Order: sequence, then structure tokens, then C-alpha cells
Amino acid sequence: MALSKRHISKEEVEHVAWLARLELSEEEKELYTQQFNDILDYFQKLNELDTEGVPPTLHVLELVNVFRKDEVKPSLPPEEALANAPRKRGRFFEAPRIL
Amino acid sequence: MKIGLEIHCQLTSLKTKLFCGCSSDYRGKTPNTFVCPVCLGLPGSLPVLNEKAVELAVMVALALNCEVAPQTFFVRKNYFYPDMPKNFQISQYDVGGSIAIASGGWVGFLVGKTRKTVRLRRIHLEEDPGKLFYHGTIDTSPYTLVDYNRAGIALLEIVTEPELEAPAEARAFLQKLRSILEHLGVSDGGLEGAMRCDANISIEGGGRVEVKNISSFKDVERALTFEIVRQRDLLKKGVKIQTETRHWDDVRRTTLSLRVKEEEQDYRYFLEPDLTPVRISQEMVELLRSRMPELPDARKERFLKAYGLPEYDAEVLTSDRAMADFFEECAKLYDKPKAVANWLMGDVLQCLHSLEVDIDQAKLAPQYLAEMLKLMDRGDISIKIAKKVLWEVMKHGKSPSTVVREKDWWRITDLQTLEGYIAQVFKEYPKAVEDALVDEKTIHYLIGKTMEATGGKADPELTNALIRKKLSQMKKGS
Amino acid sequence: MEPYKLGAWEISQKIRNRELTARECIVSFLSRIDSLEPKVKAYVSVLREAVLKKAEKIDKKVKRGERVGMLAGVAVAVKDNICTKGVKTTCASKILENFVPPYDATVVERIEAEDGIVIGKTNMDEFAMGSSTETSYFGPTRNPWDLSRVPGGSSGGSAAAVSAQEAPLALGSDTGGSIRCPASFCGVVGLKPTYGLVSRYGLIAYANSLEQIGPLARGTYDCALLLSVIGGYDERDSTSVNRAPRDYTRSLGKDLRGLKVGVLRELIGLGTDEAVVKAVLECASKLEEMGALCQEISLPVLSYALPAYYLIAMSEASSNLARYDGVRYGYRTEVDLDWNQVFSKSRREGFGAEVKRRIILGTYALSAGYYDRFFLKSLKVATLIKRSFEKAFQQVDVLLAPTMPLLPFRLGEKIDNPLALYMCDVDTVPVNLAGLPAVSFPCGFHQGLPIGAQVIAPPFREDLALQVSFAYEQAAAFKGRTPTL
Repeated sequence: MALSKRHISKEEVEHVAWLARLELSEEEKELYTQQFNDILDYFQKLNELDTEGVPPTLHVLELVNVFRKDEVKPSLPPEEALANAPRKRGRFFEAPRIL
Repeated sequence: MKIGLEIHCQLTSLKTKLFCGCSSDYRGKTPNTFVCPVCLGLPGSLPVLNEKAVELAVMVALALNCEVAPQTFFVRKNYFYPDMPKNFQISQYDVGGSIAIASGGWVGFLVGKTRKTVRLRRIHLEEDPGKLFYHGTIDTSPYTLVDYNRAGIALLEIVTEPELEAPAEARAFLQKLRSILEHLGVSDGGLEGAMRCDANISIEGGGRVEVKNISSFKDVERALTFEIVRQRDLLKKGVKIQTETRHWDDVRRTTLSLRVKEEEQDYRYFLEPDLTPVRISQEMVELLRSRMPELPDARKERFLKAYGLPEYDAEVLTSDRAMADFFEECAKLYDKPKAVANWLMGDVLQCLHSLEVDIDQAKLAPQYLAEMLKLMDRGDISIKIAKKVLWEVMKHGKSPSTVVREKDWWRITDLQTLEGYIAQVFKEYPKAVEDALVDEKTIHYLIGKTMEATGGKADPELTNALIRKKLSQMKKGS
Repeated sequence: MEPYKLGAWEISQKIRNRELTARECIVSFLSRIDSLEPKVKAYVSVLREAVLKKAEKIDKKVKRGERVGMLAGVAVAVKDNICTKGVKTTCASKILENFVPPYDATVVERIEAEDGIVIGKTNMDEFAMGSSTETSYFGPTRNPWDLSRVPGGSSGGSAAAVSAQEAPLALGSDTGGSIRCPASFCGVVGLKPTYGLVSRYGLIAYANSLEQIGPLARGTYDCALLLSVIGGYDERDSTSVNRAPRDYTRSLGKDLRGLKVGVLRELIGLGTDEAVVKAVLECASKLEEMGALCQEISLPVLSYALPAYYLIAMSEASSNLARYDGVRYGYRTEVDLDWNQVFSKSRREGFGAEVKRRIILGTYALSAGYYDRFFLKSLKVATLIKRSFEKAFQQVDVLLAPTMPLLPFRLGEKIDNPLALYMCDVDTVPVNLAGLPAVSFPCGFHQGLPIGAQVIAPPFREDLALQVSFAYEQAAAFKGRTPTL
């Protein structure tokens, strides 16, 4: 059924893209909505599998308590910290305005 | 009215940040000099957890009567903002089997003379974002400047249940919390921005309003009071209070609506794959418990027993670690603890408020207060002069005896000098002298005038005696 | 013989024995690169001057009789998602086009500590998201065996460089097959290490919980050599496992008698190209001839690995790639608007289509309401997959399967159908979900195109996987075959 294939609507794609701070054109929204539905349709395959009572793999390794001592290490040389910034003002990174 | 608080307190006793070896001593430093690939969120960098931060968090949890989780995880809280190096914050949250480092707990404190207990929801570790600076104010600045020196500093978030019922209660709670953290030695609340607070408030018939960006305890009270007035005004006008997030503007002392960040359901929490779980064994908890210093409530009990202070005094003094320390230092040098407590809670506190300093930054040292009290005891200065001396000490940091000497504020005990002043007063106020001859109770007027004439330096008892003597001589003579 | 034709071990031996200078070697590779790059396009950048200086330094050391490292004078091509101090590291993305890391990845430090020379940064699918190296902002890399075909991905540049003898060794990263897929398509050996064996510090993250940096080489010995250099504990990576360092070349040459090999039925099943199935089964027979005991093993749950892998990878990626907002580094849009719009536009203009697709889908999968259905479910499936491998390893020592279900396809053939491209990873992703090591090695040719088989081993048994690969390689009829370019 065509309807059951609709996992995600165009509006949801818009919302999720906003959460991810990705501007999309109208065509992209249309294309992605269609592609996402195809992909999610395939991902639904997971539902065939019974995972009742199965714990999630939070870490594939069984490592715990990996720590570092509270000891100071050198920071970046001042000129390197800002070297990659597209915009800077004095010793600051320049971010866009808030409002 | 229901008020809940989310307190973000920096673990200022750590030498380094939460996930990297950059120094945490960033205050007053050149912007972006205390940064490395990790805390700048450079591609490819990975976090490694500061062990001491976990230990301090467990100690705080124990001090606040929380339950420490046997296993805890870190998660990513995903949202965009220019102060965020990675546009996610490594934090802790109850999601997909992960839990915060501690839950439950409570803090008991005094509001005025009433005892109150507020319950805690949870405590968790997270990283501080960077600091934003504006050209002018946030709403007019054409750009935003970012300093990431603060980014990655270890923060402990303490979340209360919405059980506070007035702005003053919120402030009293925070004062006590600060005292506990300072007694533990984990956080110095006196450092700028070391303790910050988000407050949520709902008043009857309105939605929950969250106020963010409150950076001092004084401002918590101000911001909450502002919100209550604002919300009540709206309700009076029949406007419904919407659930929203507002920004506290500490310059203009108002709150403004700021729809900037995601809502709770949009944070997409998930386990931080670059960090391992933290297991906290019972042995580790007990070890840390055994290392914990004396906390305010225990100290209060000791103050009751060792110094014989009333409960109220003991509670007030121990609600501020520096105050309690000051008290004990002073009580070592001067053996009337109640007098020390009275002065601290009275005149000293008043001076501190008007000078806007904390006791540990004030120019008054414990030995100065002790010295001043001794000067009073010896009769060298009167209580009235003592209050003036205190001000001078607090302003200039000179010792009380230096102040008294320089100002020539010694008590006048010389009979001849005093008699001279009294004779002058009698001459100036003949009517008062007549009254006093008829009604002995009015003698106080003459004593007061004599004290005034000597600038408060006259020995009051001696003055009293001399005036009485003079009056009775006059009676005899008439 | 031209030095570029030599393997890594031979090069370092000859330099140590003063039969060759490091400079000669580097010059040989640089001229090989100059003549082939217009066709192959394996590199994003080549470090012409720096490498000569480094080579001369090594030559001086040799001259003075000082000790030189295991990789003395060996050129190593490094995938462009591995940070190199002072050298652009782009992830083949416009958003990082001008990013110059102020630090070296741990693996790069280790290579240089052994006197290896990073000769260039290799092309890849943008942010390692792809299986064909076609999503690169700088354009696709070509398969040296057939320039009209893809080299596989995402470490396509690394595999092509090694295959075309533009470097004897390369580093790739494998999140869901990104080392093994191009190794298979380009007819070279590529190893995906056990999760936690190689430090990820300095690897620009795509999906942290799944990926590892690993070696690519034309032969198993060189692959083992590079793994020995880069493997081992690193305190800067919390997920790095603290184990004693190991020389993986030592186990090579052991015979296969008695070794139990499980042939994974699901992965040679429906949908796999017949030529691939044939080659892998022939490989199994060959191993049997050499004394291995082959049996078929069925792990039905592996057919759920692909969606689980994509959901986990996309979810982590959506978060990992949030940092590219144009404030601290990377591309920033020219327009002056508020931060939300500047971020949204910078990211729109800076990321390619596939990256955006994965970011949005990953954001969706982590969203409230979908988290349990997609993300959490996938983590549970990962548990089942890990368990089924554990069970299999109670019966056999290693598992054998095709690396890719198909032969290298033509450029542009699949790029417009994301799902079809995802499906290519069906045989490689289970290993990443279970954190296992696997080595892909050439197991045959079909119409001039290489076919790869992978040996999957229990955690930290890279030695076993390499032992099988090495033994097969020694016996293979096509030993030493290289593409004609």
C-alpha cells in the first residue's frame, strides 16, 4: 500500500532539517522526503526481529572507568587556536549575531 | 507559586577541564588561550574524563543526601548555539539505560527563622559552554564574540523539585547550597560565574516559565521577583501565561522572551560513544565519604556545643563557610563567642552588604574584630565608637587600635576634661538642667548631649555619675 | 627495478642496507604520482617538499649508522579524514576545504616515529559516507583496474593509490566497510582492526562507535607491518584498549593445518554476484587444500545488520557533524544574517547531498518518538549480531565471506539511488556492529576486475585473519598481478 510507505512527511523533513540546521530547497525537500520513505521502508525490516529483553549494545567493548588524572597539559599556541576561524576579531572568534 | 531551580556550579577546585588537560584557571585570561583540540571541538579530537571530577561529584551527592548511581554514563545533548564548540553538550541524562551520577537528595535551610527542606531531583556532570560577548546588548549586537576558555570546564548541575515558594526562599536555599559546596572544597561560589542558575516559576493559573542566564544569587531573587510581578500583571489583565523560556538581562534587570534553543523533546539525547561507562563501587563511595570534611550541619551542631551559641546563630553562621571560618578564627582570639556572633550577624553583615563584598574579601580580619571587642571590654572605646571603628577598619584595613589612635577616639575618662564638657552642656541647656533637677528621669537628655559633645567618646557611666553629682550639688546649693 | 614497484618492507630493508636511499624512493613515488594522478585521482593533496626533507633526514640517519624505524623511508598515503598537523585535512568536503589541523592523529605520530613518510592525503567519500568515492567534493577516484569504474569507498583514494603503486602503504578508515570495500574493488589487502585496537584520536568522526583506522597494502605482510606500527593503546582515546603492543608480521607463514574456517552462508546467498560466489568458494577450497577445515556457518541475524548499521551510523553522524557551523573552522556562508540562518546556510552550502541525507535521517532516528523504534532497536540488533558471532567462534576459528556482493561498478551507475548504494555494504557492516577484525584480500579476478574475500576473526585475533590472508596470497595463481596503467 502506498500510504503505509509514508513514514516521514515533508513537514517532518523540514522540522528535522531545522533541528540539524540544514537549509533545504523545495526540490530537496521533495526529493529527500521520497528517498527517506524508501529508505525507512527498508529499515522497517528491523521490526521483523524480536528484540524483547535484549539489552542494547551501549559499547561494543566492555571498558569501564577510563579516566585521566587532573593534570594540566599545554593548551594550543595562541595563534593556532584561531588559525582556522573564517572570521575573527582580535582574540575572539566572530560568530553571527543572535537576533 | 512553585519555583524550581537548576544550579550549574563549576567544580572550581579542579586544575583542568572535564574532558581535556587545559587549565581551568581561565578567569581574566586572554580569550581563546586556554583551549585545545578537545575543548574547541576540533574535528578528530576525543574527550577523556577527569577522574577527580567524578570523585568531587560523588562527594557532592553524598553531602546532599543523594543516592549515588552504581553505574553512570555520559550522553550527548544535541542543540546548536554559538557558545557550543561541538553543537552538542556532553552531559548526563536518563535515556536508553543511562542514568545520571546521583538522584534524590535534599537540602535543609533556614528562611528567616523558619526551617525548610527542598528535595533534589538529580545531580549530573556536564561541560560548560564558551562565553559570548556582544557589542552592546544581545538583541542589537551585529555579531557575537566567542571565547572558548570556559568551554569544557566541569559543571555540576543540581536540579531541585519545584518546591520553593518565594524568591527569598530560593536565595536562602542557594546560600546554604553554596555553603555546603564550599565546605566540601569543591566549588568557590565567590568566583565570577562559578555558580549560575536557571529558575522555573509557575504561579497559580499560569504556564511554567523558565528564566535562564542568571549568574548570581542576588539576581535569582531579582529575576524571580521581576517574573512574579510581570506574570501577576498579565494575569490581572486577563492574559494567559504561556510556557516559555526567558532570558535574564542583568544590566536592565528584566527578563525577555528568547525563542532560541530547542525544547526538551528536541535534544536527541544518546550515549556518548567516545566515553566509557563509569562504575562507582560501594568501596569507592565509602572511601570518598571518609575523606569528606565537616559539613555545615555538623559544624552547626559543633557551634551549639563548643561555643554555646543559640541555634539560630549557629545556623546563620554556618550557612556561609567564610563567615563560619571567620567566626571560629575570631572566637579563638576572643573568648566571648556570643558577642562575636552578634557582631558578625549584625554590624559586620550590614557593612558587608553596603560595601558589596563577601567576608573573605573584606578588609576586616578576625584578629581586628577580636581586638576591637577587647578595646570595648577594656573600656577604651564605647559601643558607639566601636561601630565607627568597624566601618573604618572595613574601609581602610587598618587595625582598630590604629584607627582609634589616629582618630583620637579613646574614651574620655579624665574627670577634669569630662567636667568641662558637662559644664558646657549645662550652660547650653538650662531648661534641661531645670527639668532634671525636678524629674531625675530626664537626666538622660543631658547625658546624651554630653556624649554628643564628645563625639561619643565620653565614658557613659562616668558621665552619668558626674552629671548626677553636679545636679545633687546644685540641689544642695539652692 | 623502479622503487615504486617495491613493497613497504622491501623498501625499508633496502634503505637500511643502503641499497637505496629514502630520497630515491620518494622521488620515484612522486614521479609515479605525477604520471598517474591525472587518470586515477587517488590523492587530494601531495606533500612534495616536506617529503623530500624527511627522506633526506632518514638518509642522514642511515649514513650516520643510527637506528631507523620499521617504516624507514616508506611513503604512506593517508586518508583525508585523518588529521595531519599543518596539512589540510578536508574529509573531501567543501566544509573542511581549508581546514588545517594544529595536531597530528596518533596513527600519524606513530608512523613518523617509525620513520614512515606521509606522502599525501587521499580522496574519499565526503566524511567517509559512501562506498564508491563518488561523493567527494573534489570529484571521484578511478579504479586502477578499469578507469571507468569506481574504486569502492569510502577509502577509495587509499586503495587506488596502493593498487596503482602510487604508495606502498595507505591508511584508511572503516566504519561499515570503508577499508575492505575499496581493498576488494582495487585488488589490495585491507584490514579493519578490532574496535579499540587502533587509536581514533585524530580520525574525523563519522560514526564513533563503529569505526577504526586500518592499513591497506598490496600484500598481507605490509598490511601486518603497518598494523604493528599504528596499533596499541593511546590514552587520548578512551575507547582504546590497553594491551601489549604486537608484531603482526610474526604469525605470517604459519600453515593452516587444522584451522577451522566457517563459510558464512548468508553472505554468499541471494543477491551476490555469481562470479563473486564462485571466487569465494574456490578460495575456501584452496584453504582446504592447505589444510584448513572448512564448514558452512549460518548466522541468519546478519541479514538485519544493514539497517541497524545505517541507523546507528547516521544517528551518530548527525551529532558528530553538528560542529561544522563556520565559527571555529570550516566553510562559512558570505551572508550576514542571524546565527540560525548563517549556520543553516553554511551547512547547506558546505555539505554534499549524501552527507545531508545522512544527517537528516540520523536526526530523525534520534528524535523523540522515533528513538526507541529506530536507534534503540538498532543497538539491540547489534547485541544479537555480536552474540551470533560469539556463538560462531565457538565452532570455528575464523569466518570467510565475500567482501562485496558485486564487482566494481561503473562511475555514476548507482549514485542516484542511495538505497541501492547502501545495499553494497551488506557483507561488510556486520563486522563493525560486532567490533570484530576482518581482512579483505584478493581472491580472484573476473573479466579483469578483482574480487575480494574477507576473513573475520574473534576480537584481537588480527593475527589469525592475517595468517589466512597471507597463506592464500602465497598460493594464489594471480600473485603479484598489478593493473596496467
